[in-house]
Amino acid sequence: MFDDSSIIVGLEIGTSKVCAVVGERGADGTLNVIGLGQSRSRGVRKGEVADTTQAEEDVRNAIVEAEQMADVEIRNVYLGVTGGHIRGFNNRGVHPVVSADREISEDDVQDVIKNAKAINLPTENNVVHAIRQHFFVDGQDGVTNPVGMLGSRLEVDVHVVHGNTNRLQNAIRLVKGLQLEVDEIVFNGLASSLALLTGDQKELGALVIDIGGGTTDYVVYAGGVIRHTGVLAIGGDHVSNDLAYGLKVPLSRAEKLKLEHGSALLNEETRGRNVTVTNELGLPLKTVNVEHLQRIMSLRLEEIFQLVAQDLEQAGLFDYLRAGVFLCGGGARIPQIAKLAEHVLQMPVSLGQTNSVSGLKSALDQPEFVTAIGLVKFGSFKTRKREGKTSLTEGIKGAFGRFWHRP
Amino acid sequence: MMREPTDLPAAHPARMSTAKIFGVGNAGVGLLAAINGEDFAGAAFAAVNTDAASLAASSAALKIQLENRLLRGMGTGGDPERGRAMAEEQFATLKSACEGAEVIFIVAGLGGGAGSGISPVLARAAKETGALVLAFVTLPFGCEGNRRQQQAQQSLQQLKSVADGVVCLPCQKTFKLIDENTSVLDTFRITGDLLVEGVRGVWRLLTRPGLIQIHFADLCTLLRDRHSESAFASVEASGPARSREVVEKLLSHPLLDEGRALAESDAVLVSLMGGKDMTMAEVGRVMEQISRHCERAQIIMGAAVDETLKTRLSVTIIAAKQSSPMPAAESPAGAPSPALESDLAEPTAARGSGRSASRCFPATGSLTPEQREQVIARRGRKGAAKMRQAQLPLAIISKGRFDKSEPTIHKGEDLDIPTYIRRGVALN
Repeated sequence: MFDDSSIIVGLEIGTSKVCAVVGERGADGTLNVIGLGQSRSRGVRKGEVADTTQAEEDVRNAIVEAEQMADVEIRNVYLGVTGGHIRGFNNRGVHPVVSADREISEDDVQDVIKNAKAINLPTENNVVHAIRQHFFVDGQDGVTNPVGMLGSRLEVDVHVVHGNTNRLQNAIRLVKGLQLEVDEIVFNGLASSLALLTGDQKELGALVIDIGGGTTDYVVYAGGVIRHTGVLAIGGDHVSNDLAYGLKVPLSRAEKLKLEHGSALLNEETRGRNVTVTNELGLPLKTVNVEHLQRIMSLRLEEIFQLVAQDLEQAGLFDYLRAGVFLCGGGARIPQIAKLAEHVLQMPVSLGQTNSVSGLKSALDQPEFVTAIGLVKFGSFKTRKREGKTSLTEGIKGAFGRFWHRP
Repeated sequence: MMREPTDLPAAHPARMSTAKIFGVGNAGVGLLAAINGEDFAGAAFAAVNTDAASLAASSAALKIQLENRLLRGMGTGGDPERGRAMAEEQFATLKSACEGAEVIFIVAGLGGGAGSGISPVLARAAKETGALVLAFVTLPFGCEGNRRQQQAQQSLQQLKSVADGVVCLPCQKTFKLIDENTSVLDTFRITGDLLVEGVRGVWRLLTRPGLIQIHFADLCTLLRDRHSESAFASVEASGPARSREVVEKLLSHPLLDEGRALAESDAVLVSLMGGKDMTMAEVGRVMEQISRHCERAQIIMGAAVDETLKTRLSVTIIAAKQSSPMPAAESPAGAPSPALESDLAEPTAARGSGRSASRCFPATGSLTPEQREQVIARRGRKGAAKMRQAQLPLAIISKGRFDKSEPTIHKGEDLDIPTYIRRGVALN
């Protein structure tokens, strides 16, 4: 009923939930979210698979739900990856233009990108993304497409995201074990930024912070290209854990307290207020001070932003963020989190809104689903590119097809 | 036994009335030979050792051989207790050798028997004559083994408690200065040179006519009570851009951990030395750069003219930092662990009796828990106390759900531990 190629599925195996989003790409390139499946994740810690059996079950549930909702059969997915092992850095490749007339050809561009990707990684690491930033022709900055220009020396900056091969493979193998094909793996932070930022914002410079359950991923765009990526293996889980420890309540209660009374900043009206924690049977277990709860939370969240700020400061990117900061992920639901982030980062902070995607209202407005929607968007960019490139072979195939089907 | 010197050099520079440089132990005596150059005109040299052969080779004016019948001139056999016992026995001799000097430099290589054993006693003897005592010591290489490291550490602590100032150079750090192919001989020569460079820097500081003078007292305030190593570096440059060059050299100096030592230090002494053409602008530029790199530190600076330097500009820096809470993270090479307050605090009571072998441990009440643990661990290792009661940390910080996952370590901090605990925020 649907043309298979137009169905794009993003799968995020998160620490708190597994989420599959089904998108459909229309003929005019618009993206429409038609299905969403999610299930509570139990086999993931800090963004990485810790219990394969449970994680597998959770992924299956999410996929099945998404299939039912969208009424499609899912065969391929774009898989989001994250974890403390993932790092990003910028690298430059150089290529001398050797043709007699010094005109830069498509081949030169391919070569220079290849050079830039040839980097010295530890043997156990693998490149997840190598994203082109800007070209330099004879040292001249800011060239976006050098084909046809004249020059003797072509350089390119790429942003390389890499991670530990085995740990990346764990997630891929898990998905493959469910008879699903992984089209490509995508860094979660990148996916979120794709879903949230408009072209203008990327051009102006923006920071996207995705506060997930197990990790906080962040991406900096400036001048229309990715300038910096990072992962902190701290997230909402840490907040719950801190609360469980500090308030001396079970983890499940801490989680609930976080959702009910949590705040990123101390509220004046909660000063001195107590709430009663009940056990499974509804009997009172303990009274906890809401002020303590919020203080513990606030300190942890503040630290997350401080760590991000430190990293950006080191990379010297603070002055480039003219469009401000955008928050997403489950952490963006915490009341007053934008205010806290504004306080720490000293720049305008807002909650991110997915753009240029239409479809299920329930999915589009939730900060938790931003990454999965971004994965779909990433997939749609890729397929669009592929279509453009393979048009020739496609054409030949079509001709052959006609040949075979001739009566 | 003491061989009387024939005559002591009488001429002294104006500022330094009398100074004596003592080389202690094999390493110290060897270093003395390197120091005994023209730069140090006016100082009296004395070699103290248990090994007759090394003393015979020394050119020092005064040679003191500590010996008793048990040793038969064979040295201490690497046991500082023996060196120390011997020094205590000859305490009067050492004291009389220090007599008459206002400043006493002690140069020694810690870790062996003589250097580690004798230096603290000598420092005490010198202190009793009323002289100011400044010790320059090396700590052994990591590969020399744990025992020597421990001995060196103990000796260092003892020295610190007695001497007015201790500048120590962990040999391990010089590995950064040498490449793979450097021979053993060269390595030792380089470490020796570095130490001599330090002594020379301080010497110049104190003896050359200063534009901005540094008094010995300044130096002592800087080095005293800093219960950890003090890093020092001495660099030179010439040419028109020499002020910039020296700063660059300093900031990339391996002994300052590429400038990190500066950032961590809380007291820094800077001495600039130049020929007659040194300008105030240069001094200003160097100081500005340095102070920018050690914002937390109290800075003592001095500038002096030494005509022998001609067009060169020489900067000597001594950076002292308070003992850090995490020694393991800062010196993975196994170099100095700071301040074991007084595992072997100078047993003054035992002085003169000639027997100081009895180990007295301080009351642990005054120590922090970590120090106490260290003392206990050390006692256990030595087998001095076979019965050992395990000590549990007071508060066990559970990492809850992250107990079994890979810890999130950021700059040595375990981020899985609740923030409010790490920051010490009290609830209530």
